[in-house]
Amino acid sequence: MKVDRTIITVVGKDTVGIIAKVCTYLADNRINVLDISQTIVQEFFNMMMIVDLKDSLKPFDQCAKELEQVGEEIGVTIKCQREEIFQKMHRI
Amino acid sequence: MINIWEVKETNKMIEQENLDVRTITLGISLLDCMDSNLEKLNENIYKKITTVAANLVETGEEIERNYCIPIVNKRISVTPIALIGQSACKTSEDFVTIAKTLDRAAKTVGVNFIGGYSALVSKGMTLGDENLIRSIPKALAETERVCSSVNVGSTKSGINMDAVRLMGEIVLQTAEFTSTTDSLGCAKLVIFCNAPDDNPFMAGAFHGITEADAIINVGVSGPGVVKKALEQVRKENFEVLCETIKKTAFKITRVGQLVAQEASRRMGIPFGIIDLSLAPTPAIGDSVAEILEEIGLEYAGAPGTTAALALLNDQVKKGGIMASSYVGGLSGAFIPVSEDQGMIDAVETGALTLEKLEAMTCVCSVGLDMIAIPGNVPASTISGIIADEMAIGMINQKTTAVRLIPVIGKEVGETVEFGGLLGHAPIMPVNKFGCEAFISRGGRIPAPVHSFKN
Repeated sequence: MKVDRTIITVVGKDTVGIIAKVCTYLADNRINVLDISQTIVQEFFNMMMIVDLKDSLKPFDQCAKELEQVGEEIGVTIKCQREEIFQKMHRI
Repeated sequence: MINIWEVKETNKMIEQENLDVRTITLGISLLDCMDSNLEKLNENIYKKITTVAANLVETGEEIERNYCIPIVNKRISVTPIALIGQSACKTSEDFVTIAKTLDRAAKTVGVNFIGGYSALVSKGMTLGDENLIRSIPKALAETERVCSSVNVGSTKSGINMDAVRLMGEIVLQTAEFTSTTDSLGCAKLVIFCNAPDDNPFMAGAFHGITEADAIINVGVSGPGVVKKALEQVRKENFEVLCETIKKTAFKITRVGQLVAQEASRRMGIPFGIIDLSLAPTPAIGDSVAEILEEIGLEYAGAPGTTAALALLNDQVKKGGIMASSYVGGLSGAFIPVSEDQGMIDAVETGALTLEKLEAMTCVCSVGLDMIAIPGNVPASTISGIIADEMAIGMINQKTTAVRLIPVIGKEVGETVEFGGLLGHAPIMPVNKFGCEAFISRGGRIPAPVHSFKN
């Protein structure tokens, strides 16, 4: 089966353990991380992960909802979007 | 691979600049529902719509969740009812029963509007067409979600002035029938010249008879995104200005293309077209007038407005056309008054008049849209305004439309509140000189020559 790419974005106030929390969730659900980039803009933590949902234990909607909850617990906004929206907009 | 800046750009458009997909409109043919028995016809229509559109809203919401892109409206357009109902409906009252069936079907599947309570009479009217047109005031007063449109002219056949005269009366009657809600019925009634078969935008959407059994059409939006992009190129020359609009329109339309393809795939219904229109909402920062201001006008309506709008419209098309495999509908920039805060401000300041709006419609989609006028304007004057707008469409081979709201009991200087996406509007003054003798001539204006373009 080909890859099922989803973009996870995490935005919020920088704090200890954000990446750890998100990655723990992903590992627990067998979601493979393909790429991570991270930056601080105006003291705000910005992270983007490209993950592969093909072996995920849970469907997209459930992952998106649960990651949103993980975000709420640590005070950041976590958003899951399928990759196509970015591919369509930024690649010809 | 996609990088973090690209992701941030897209999400900024969605979260801060009001980028959304304005509508997924499912076009449904009702040709196979026709029957000479009215009861059976209504039953067929209800069944067809609720079957084909059963999972439209659900699919739309699923796409929203997958891409975190708001899809503001999920809607339905159907074959013009004048065609479908002619053999079963002997009177205007009979047609109203179909409007009620459409309303009921729309409520069952959860769409906020259903378009296609329409007649195509650009050259002549059958008795059935006329019955449908005469039923419009009652149909719009007694239903909530039904939208109506009448095509009264085309470049190929001229303008049906009998229909124009009748529509002046019908608009006024619709206003009277819905006077308790500030004549809201008129917001659901559009009079067209050169009406497209595949327009996804209400109130003028219908499913043309040249279309397939069912089809997905998508209307994109994003005036706020264009406005923000133009803030970065202030004082630059027209080349830079136009390139910026074009690139932004490309990006906006690509999102629409994705949503259309996904909706089509998930519902197993073919993709029709993307409508490239920049559709404003009353929300701050979601205004076409603000783009015009950003281009360099103090207010929309100032000298230069028609030129600015012309370039905006053309660049949106140039960017959008490459972004989508099929483009159609009304594709351009909408300039509805009540649905655009910048337009409302321009009218209230005195910068924008009905006459300037008419000039603007020569270079953009679609026409005189969502304009509130005093409720005591004579029907012949409304017909005159319609005739002017139809003439612009006929001569320039473009779609034009009129959606005027004569607000019963209100005068110039007062404001009318429609709520939601329909917004609010100041009542605009109308030229007081008469055109009764012109409108009452009867007959039709012949089709124009297609050469000697001067």
